Amino acid sequence: MITEKIILAILITASVGAVAGYLGTLMLSKRMSLVGGPLGHITLPGITLALLYGFDVSIGAFATLIFGILLIWFFEKKTKLPTEALTAIVFTSSVAVAFLFLPLEEVEIALIGDISKLTVLTTFASVALSIAAFLVVRKIYKKMVFAAISEDLAKSEQINVDRINLIYLLTVAVVIGLGIRIVGSLLTAAVVAIPAATSKNLTTNMRAYAYGGAIAGGLAGILGIIAHLLFSIPAGLAVIIFSSILFLGSVIFQRNE
Amino acid sequence: MKAKINMEKDKIALRVKNLTVELNGQVIIKDLSFEVKKGETLVVLGPNGAGKTTLLRALLGVIPYKGSITWNVKNTSYLPPNELLQRREILPLTVEDFYSLKDVSGETVIESLRSVGLDGNLLKKRIAYLSTGQFQRLNIAWALVDKPDTLLFDEPTSGIDIGGTETIYSLLHTFWEKYNMTIILVTHDLSVVWEHADNVLCLNKSGLCYGVPQKILTTENLEQLYGTGVKYYHHHRNK
Repeated sequence: MITEKIILAILITASVGAVAGYLGTLMLSKRMSLVGGPLGHITLPGITLALLYGFDVSIGAFATLIFGILLIWFFEKKTKLPTEALTAIVFTSSVAVAFLFLPLEEVEIALIGDISKLTVLTTFASVALSIAAFLVVRKIYKKMVFAAISEDLAKSEQINVDRINLIYLLTVAVVIGLGIRIVGSLLTAAVVAIPAATSKNLTTNMRAYAYGGAIAGGLAGILGIIAHLLFSIPAGLAVIIFSSILFLGSVIFQRNE
Repeated sequence: MKAKINMEKDKIALRVKNLTVELNGQVIIKDLSFEVKKGETLVVLGPNGAGKTTLLRALLGVIPYKGSITWNVKNTSYLPPNELLQRREILPLTVEDFYSLKDVSGETVIESLRSVGLDGNLLKKRIAYLSTGQFQRLNIAWALVDKPDTLLFDEPTSGIDIGGTETIYSLLHTFWEKYNMTIILVTHDLSVVWEHADNVLCLNKSGLCYGVPQKILTTENLEQLYGTGVKYYHHHRNK
């Protein structure tokens, strides 16, 4: 029987999965797919605070993510160390601090997500934010592709690369914040990386590639929730397993021309 | 504004005065001055690390610099072909998608492709699957599609064979003749200088030599630029 909880779960996983897949196609072009992992880990202190004080995990995740990104940016300016090294420092510190305070019974929720406590309000807020993020990414998509091919070339065509990069990073933060609820902090790289890779294998032009990422992400979300209901496995894990199955299918049926 | 009026009178497309570029605390270009006339082809020569690409980036205004760079042109097109060649596989971009980045589509794209001898049927083909020669032709067509009066080209033939190199420079020369464009061309290739350059700028941090090839490309200057043992046996250009 289809209950309200099931509808909410499908709505949230399909919309967040789709926007994450769509954004993931840009992240793949900038070779940033793996960044989703460390960014997900940076959210752990925020998730811990949310679980301890009873507010929404996405709000906690988003707040600490913004703080973490600003910290990386600040250290980069101060030290000139590579971004990846600073990201490693910030995300491992975040994990360490979070585990000092994270109650043992909440560890699983923090790491692999939980959709059992969805409300109508949080679902519709998440869907609205997903749509907003999708529209923002669609607006900057071509410019980001231009900059991914050559930043100088994009600048020479009067594209404000710094501005669109900032918009892009903020959108990444929002999407990771949304994804946390479904797949937890441990597996966020999967929701942006796998659908994009699937789409790249199956598509032959930019438009199909971008929307293919959204379809693969959304479909994995819906199939994951169905598996969660049928086999009582955690929803986040089911979403990622179905995303991986779609990827394996794309490897078999990939189009090279 | 005053400088611009003088430049129009003088038919100067670009005037660079006392240009110094410093990146990460290292001086890349020091106190460089030169001019480019409208319709002129300037070839920038120099060894690796001399600052040729940095000069183009400064001219485009994408990196900070000291000194003055004054343009008197309407529309500039820049092309870093080597960078494009290396990154063309990052996305499944078709030729049509590549043009759409410049908001160009339809008949204009077909005309643009034909202008460099490429078939309109390539429109749906992924740029990653074009041969290197086809891709370099596409680059030229793409750079020229919005009809620039000035073209900045960074190593247009790196990674392609001698036949392909000839084709690229012949194409550039054809467009130069047809549209009277101003071209600033960075290359390692000394033969290009005699074939296509009106002026040469030898770069080794500061401008080592600048002027017409016949006067500038002496064995002494080339040795100073590239180190000992460089000789160039030139032939004359039929312009």
